[in-house]
Formats: sequence, structure tokens, C-alpha cells
Amino acid sequence: MLELINVCKTFNPGTINAKKALKGINLRLNPGDFVTVIGGNGAGKSTMLNAVAGVFPIDSGEIIIDAEHVEHLPEHKHAKFIGRVFQDPMTGTAATMEIQENLAIAARRGERRTFKWGISSKEKKHYRELLATLELGLEDRMTAKVGLLSGGQRQALTLLMATLKQPKILLLDEHTAALDPKTAAKVLELSDKLIAENNLTAMMVTHNMKDAIEHGNRLIMMNNGNIIYDVSGEEKKNLTVEALIAKFSESSGQEFANDRALLT
Amino acid sequence: MEALQNYLSSLPGACAQGMIWGIMAIGVYITYKILDIADLTVDGSICTGAAVCAMMMTMGAPLPVAMICAFIAGMLAGAITGFFHTFMGIPAILSGILTQLILWSVNLKIMGIARDASSAANIALSARNFDLCVNMMEMHKSLVVLEIFAVVLIAVLYWFFGTEYGSTLRATGANPAMSRAQGISTSKSKVVGLVLSNGIVALAGSLLAQYQGNADINMGKGAIVIGLAAVIIGEALFGWLSRNNFALKLISVVLGGIVYFIVYSTVIYIGLDTNYLKMLSAIVVALFLAVPYWKKKYLSNTNSIEKKEAKALLKAQQKEAKKKGEQ
Repeated sequence: MLELINVCKTFNPGTINAKKALKGINLRLNPGDFVTVIGGNGAGKSTMLNAVAGVFPIDSGEIIIDAEHVEHLPEHKHAKFIGRVFQDPMTGTAATMEIQENLAIAARRGERRTFKWGISSKEKKHYRELLATLELGLEDRMTAKVGLLSGGQRQALTLLMATLKQPKILLLDEHTAALDPKTAAKVLELSDKLIAENNLTAMMVTHNMKDAIEHGNRLIMMNNGNIIYDVSGEEKKNLTVEALIAKFSESSGQEFANDRALLT
Repeated sequence: MEALQNYLSSLPGACAQGMIWGIMAIGVYITYKILDIADLTVDGSICTGAAVCAMMMTMGAPLPVAMICAFIAGMLAGAITGFFHTFMGIPAILSGILTQLILWSVNLKIMGIARDASSAANIALSARNFDLCVNMMEMHKSLVVLEIFAVVLIAVLYWFFGTEYGSTLRATGANPAMSRAQGISTSKSKVVGLVLSNGIVALAGSLLAQYQGNADINMGKGAIVIGLAAVIIGEALFGWLSRNNFALKLISVVLGGIVYFIVYSTVIYIGLDTNYLKMLSAIVVALFLAVPYWKKKYLSNTNSIEKKEAKALLKAQQKEAKKKGEQ
């Protein structure tokens, strides 16, 4: 479904601020894989997701989604394959547009935008049903501007938008990090539900080790621009936070350092 | 008494001018409000529209053809700015200024064609010699024509920005990162917006040339400020009316232009030195532009959801702490 072959990226090359963010990443996701990604500060977790999303051109390597090479495509052309939810709840939605308008734009991801009216009444009905499943009362506020919603509501809406048109890959970049614990748990639950219902292939960066263990069928650990640990199946299910930290020290020869990491 | 008479008789003219500049301000609205770009191309493209229209009429073209050509010339001007901004990576404001400078030369050349000279700083477009759709001599007819122009333009834009394609322009202005994540080429949207905006501005320029009876190289000086003033005045005075309706928002822009020119006439009637008018406009626009910044800085989040949530959370925590204390 997704294949990264020897992907390298250096930020600010040739300056004293040069940062080798990805040092030859190799990763292959099978259809239906739900991979959680953990790692220390500056490990390259977000950079890897952004590379897949095409936010910047990579220096070398190949990115293949659904048998199509995408490494040379601009960001908006990657969107055809990818649904994204960002860390900042403000990033995923257009604040000055209505809830239903945001959904209508997401429903046309990767399609030609025509001069037909931007939203049909059939769509509206569909969106109302979808929003009702969130149980946030948004189905009665479809013409409200998204800027009026709380962070959690916006993140739930972004999730809905990312999965509205079935993506080949769903990228969740610490999408619960900016939310309070209760809301974060809800959004995470919703992510699980949407991924399972639509049988999606997904990658989720998280700084919460417990979440990383409990969710998904596969876990990768990154350090210093490399993937240092890749585990799935039974072995992953039986992981503990302690074991993960031990694994980190063993693989990287360092203490686990992430100022936001939640270890319990 | 005579002065008052003069003032009153100047009002229809103020309305006509206000509507022309209001139509121009709709162009500004598209870039400034929808795309979140301050586009200074308009200072040049309004004159381009006027020059092309006057030149074509002088060369014997019928009015509709001349005005359509003016519209297209404006679109080309917008395309140049879009090219500078998106393809060459130049900041939007600077891109507009560069195009404005290009247009200064181009406008002189266009008007030169009409005079059979290498360049000209102005050309006449008198209603005595040409069949014009707006002119000072037939004020009533002019007002009706301008009204029709404004209504048709607003209707077309209402349709356009409601379509799937038009929505991508709104999304681009509202949140570029989200737009790209949803497969929208923000560069393309910006270019299309700039093209459309400057086409409308040039069309307004062709109306202005007809109204004032000439095209002049200086007619666009400070156009962006008048356009912004119309947008801002319209929003301040009629914003409560238009709330979420896009067509009403555009109507309030045109009304904003009319108010601007009525105030302009009034200030002249009061006897203010007209040399100060541009300065005053700029100061008024500057103050209005500062309002959102000041609101943010000094009244931070007074009513935001975040603040309310934070307050509620604090209250709940205090309650809990109190309960624990009691136990």
C-alpha cells in the first residue's frame, strides 16, 4: 500500500543548522496496517509523515503509494491518496467556512472541481448522518463556521474529513496532543472506529507510549532519522512501556528523551 | 445657500462615482478578503482598463468590445502578479508593486496608440463623440446602468464562489495548509483569484474613463486605498446586515464605495482643502485595519470558546478542591 525506499531528507543543507531528519528510511505498509510511530525529540516522526504527504520534496529515495511513484509530485497531488489530521486542531479545517462546506471540500479530495454547485442537498443529508455519529451535536450546526468549534470538535471534524473520501493512507500526526486527556481519548476512540470501519491503512505518530501499544497492529520506533524498532502481531500486543524504554536504550544506546512523552 | 445647492446637486455624481469604485472594490474584496492577499496591482490595472477602453473606442471599436478587452487586459495584469507571486516566489505585495510599475509603462503605450504617438499620458473619451453607457451628462441613465452592472456582477460572483471550483478559492484564503491537504493547488487558486480580481478592477476602470470623460495615467494612484476603504466602510456599516450571506457582503462593499464618495462630497462642501483627502482616506483605512489587531492585543480572547472553557475548567477544579478540603 505504502512503500518508502531509502528516503533521505536534510533541512537547511550546507549551513550550520543543517539537520539530517531522515537518513534512508525503508518502510513497507501492507493494506490494513495501522502503525503507531514513537520516538524521541527530533527523531523524524513528523518529517516522515510530511514526506509521505509531500509537504516538501525529499532529497533522495522513493515513495510509492498504491503502486504509484509520488515522490516528485507536489503536495496537493499527494492528497488524492492521503487523508491527514494534524497536531494543531486549527490546521485541518477552514475556520471561516461552514462545517458542511469543509466536508464538501474534503468529499472532493483528488477529484476535478467543476462549476457545479459546491454542495448538493443529497450530500447535506449524508453529512448530517455522519456528524450525528460523532455525538457532538454538530449535525444541528452544519451551517456554523468551523471557527466557533472547540479544539476537540475541530479535530473530530478533521478526522471525518480525512476519511470521508476513502484514503489509501491515513496520516495522524500527534492529532490528540493538543487536546485535554478526556477529549484526546474520545478522538482516539473515533480514530480507531473510523480506521476499523473503513478498513484503512494508517500511520499515527504519538508521544503516548501506552496509546502506541494499545492501538494499531504494528509499532515502529524512530531515533535520529532512522527506524530502530519495528514490531507487529503478538509481539506488539504483549509489549509494555518498560519493555519499550528498554528496547529504546538497547537499540539506540541512549536514554529515551522526549519532553512530552507519556510513559504510563 | 448656493454652496448647499452645489452640494446637493453633487450627490448623484457621488453615488455614480461611488458605485464605480464600489465595483472596483469588489475586485479588491476578492484578493483582500477571500484570498487574504493585499494586491497592489489594482493601482495600475484600473488605469489599464480605462486606457484600453478609451483607446479601442478611439480606434472605432464598439463599446461592448472595448469593455470586454479592458476586462481581459486587467486579467492579464492579474496573471502577471500571480506569476511573480506563485512561480517566482515573490511576496504578494511586492509582486503587485512590480506589476504596477510594469503597467505604468504599458498604460502610457496603450494610450499612445490612440494618439498615434509613442506614448500618451491621457486620452479623451467624451460622450459627445462616443456612445457611452455612463457619463456625467446623463446622470439618471448612468446610475441605472451602474446598478445593473453591480447586480449582474454580484450575481455572477455569488454563483462562482458557490461552485466546487469557487470554493477552492475561498478555502485557499481561509487555510492554505488544509487546502493543499484536500488536494487544492493553492498557487493555482491564487492566480485565478488575482486574474478575476484585476479583470473586475479594469472593468471598473473602463466605466470610470467613460464617467470622467478621459483615461489618465494618474487615475489609479491610491486606488487600493479607496478600494480598501469601500470594503472596510461597507463591513463596518452594513456588516450586521450581511452576516453570512456572500451576496449581501458584496452589496455592502458597493454601498461602502457610495458612502465613501458621499463623505468625500460632504467634506468638500464643508470646505476642507481637497489636497488632504487622500491623506485622510489613508488614515481612516489605517485606523480600521488596526482594529482587529488592537482587539486581539488588548481584548484578548474575552469571549472566545477557549477562555470560557478554561474558566469552566478552573471552576470545576476549585469545586473539587473545596470538596476534598471538606472531607
